[in-house]
Amino acid sequence: MSDTNLRSATISVLVENESGVLARVIGLFSGRGYNIDNLTVAPVERDGSKSRITVVTRGTAMVIEQIKAQLDRLVPVYKVLDLSEGPHLARELALIKVLGTGEKRAEALRLADAFRARVIDATTESFTFELTGATDKLDAFLDLMRPLGLAEVSRTGVAAIARGTKTIS
Amino acid sequence: MDGTIASTELMNSGAQALLRALKAQGVDVIFGYPGGAVLPIYDALFQQNEIKHILVRHEQAAVHAAEGYARSTGKVGVVLVTSGPGATNAVTGLVDALMDSIPIVCLSGQVPTHLIGNDAFQEADTTGITRPATKHNYLVKQSEDLVRVVHEAFLVARTGRPGPVLIDLPKDILIAPAPYREPMTGATHRSYRPRTEPDPRRIEEAVALLKRAERPVIYAGGGVINAGPEASRLLTEFTRLTGFPITNTLMGLGAYPASDPLFLGMLGMHGTYEANLAMHGCDVMLNIGARFDDRVTGRLSAFSPDSKKIHADIDPANINKTVPVDVPIVGDALAVLKALMAAWNKDSTQPNRAALAQWWRQIDTWRAKDSLRYTQSRDPGSIIKPQYAIEQLYKATRGRETYITTEVGQHQMWAAQHFKFEKPNRWMTSGGLGTMGYGLPAAMGVQVAHPDALVVDIAGEASILMNIQEMGTLAQFRLPVKIFILNNQYMGMVRQWQELLHGGRYSSSYSEALPDFVKLAESFHAVGLRAETVDDLDRVIAEMIAVDKPVIADICVDQKENVFPMIPSGAGHNEMLLGPEHKGASGPSVTNEGMALV
Repeated sequence: MSDTNLRSATISVLVENESGVLARVIGLFSGRGYNIDNLTVAPVERDGSKSRITVVTRGTAMVIEQIKAQLDRLVPVYKVLDLSEGPHLARELALIKVLGTGEKRAEALRLADAFRARVIDATTESFTFELTGATDKLDAFLDLMRPLGLAEVSRTGVAAIARGTKTIS
Repeated sequence: MDGTIASTELMNSGAQALLRALKAQGVDVIFGYPGGAVLPIYDALFQQNEIKHILVRHEQAAVHAAEGYARSTGKVGVVLVTSGPGATNAVTGLVDALMDSIPIVCLSGQVPTHLIGNDAFQEADTTGITRPATKHNYLVKQSEDLVRVVHEAFLVARTGRPGPVLIDLPKDILIAPAPYREPMTGATHRSYRPRTEPDPRRIEEAVALLKRAERPVIYAGGGVINAGPEASRLLTEFTRLTGFPITNTLMGLGAYPASDPLFLGMLGMHGTYEANLAMHGCDVMLNIGARFDDRVTGRLSAFSPDSKKIHADIDPANINKTVPVDVPIVGDALAVLKALMAAWNKDSTQPNRAALAQWWRQIDTWRAKDSLRYTQSRDPGSIIKPQYAIEQLYKATRGRETYITTEVGQHQMWAAQHFKFEKPNRWMTSGGLGTMGYGLPAAMGVQVAHPDALVVDIAGEASILMNIQEMGTLAQFRLPVKIFILNNQYMGMVRQWQELLHGGRYSSSYSEALPDFVKLAESFHAVGLRAETVDDLDRVIAEMIAVDKPVIADICVDQKENVFPMIPSGAGHNEMLLGPEHKGASGPSVTNEGMALV
């Protein structure tokens, strides 16, 4: 238990969709000195009554357990699930604007094709790509775009879900 | 809350619906202070007689009073403050209640909903400010939510690990008609479902360890107090059944009778020699309702290195937070104790009585050190030792229904060491937050709950000035609280640390320009008494107890006295500093890491 190795954890939190609930979750992380590497939130029930927050965090095994226990004791939290304890899927979407002309522009398009990024807007001097995938795939694509005129990025953050029949509720 | 829909009744105003909900929750007293945003509530209070309102002189005191009320009765304490400064003044009290797990419902006024966010007069983002200061908080934006939120707030405050809950009430919500419905019996919350029943497999594991223990110790905390007097009774029964030594945390004092031979006294930074060394040397530790606070553990890497640890706590987040444990048990202390008792009786393994007897012989040698020892000269004119003042107070109050509150500092530790508590709910102190100024308002709340009891605030001359305005409340409501000031003219604990850690440079710790506490008492319609030497002490204590009015007893004590034993910052339980009474006693020097700790 006195393990000092840091691990990354992807934690899904099902919450009552009430005013201030996101502030509660974020305040818990900042107030207790935990890391947030990545965070997403959106309603997931048809009536909008519940939201799902996905947090990617880092810490020792003891800290990760502590984060889950602290999240679980918040009054509007229904369920805390550590997806990284088992097989799971994690995806992010990015909108990426690359400015340039000539060969660089053509190279950007070829690489986008290789990464299965979609062109969703284009001018003679720009492309805007839409790319979905795991965080490291997005990071790799952005690294490639940097010398080719990468101008702006908007990322959604991670949405994650367990593999197989396992569900959060 | 879930449950069947109860019939609703439309009340003329939100304020009336609110009061009806409070009455349904069993509220008989509110500690509060009026202001613009809560005038509708004060108007509704004026027109009824069931709920008594105690007008404090500062909102922080309202929360501490409610804490004293709650901790001495086991009920939820209720606070009413206005918007803006009313709410911000209450924040210290809310954090105090959060740290010490005290059930509080705080009602705060708010500007009307249409003005929220406009920087209106006396507007503050109260739910934003108090989010990390409460167990949960609410802003009521619609009249139809008001009563449900009030009922829910009481459920959240008193169940699970208790704590403060704040409800922010915009003025228009208090004025507009609002539907009333009764609280649902057996109601459960949509998402909030605290676990109270322990896992039976964990209980069996715990008993298996305890039965085979050679050097066991029971370490019980405030969670036992919060679980009600029955939990304290069961703790006593279980401890006597096992014959194990037991120590209490600061918050747990009274959970086990202090006069019992199995009781080792308080543990931790200023705990007894025997309690700390038993913790250090044990092979099985049973923690019930305590949270391995840093004041208890000292340096974590040196904490009870050779023990198997069983930790029962109602809050799963307290388990494995700082100290890794072998048997985690999530549950209410009462339920855990019942289960432990049953499993102990069912398990046919005979405990190792020979090893236990050997362990007790070891503990008795530590006990023989008499680590709380001090020397009081009885020569006429001798200066009073603060420990002696507490002992004499204890002797004079034995056999009475006595409740003790404290401020924070040396006097608090001496009270914890030298006043013996036989029952739970008799000891009110600010443990986690360490709030100077807690004791007087807390004593007010205790006296309101127990009008005929003797309620003493053991104070220091510095702490008492932090909420001294509450003398006015004592006078107005004829609350005969006794304030027993151990006056050493220093912020004693600050001075002690400066002496031990900062080369005796007493930076800003001298209580310069103190008031004359006797005259101060008289100006607040109370009785002022003073003991300057040991000859005066017993007479002053007797007079203080006899007078049926609030009293300030100014006890002039030795300025140089320090609290011992002491585990210096960053040291382990086996590295205690003993007092000057112990010749040749030496402790560790404080490390650089220790210097950075508080």
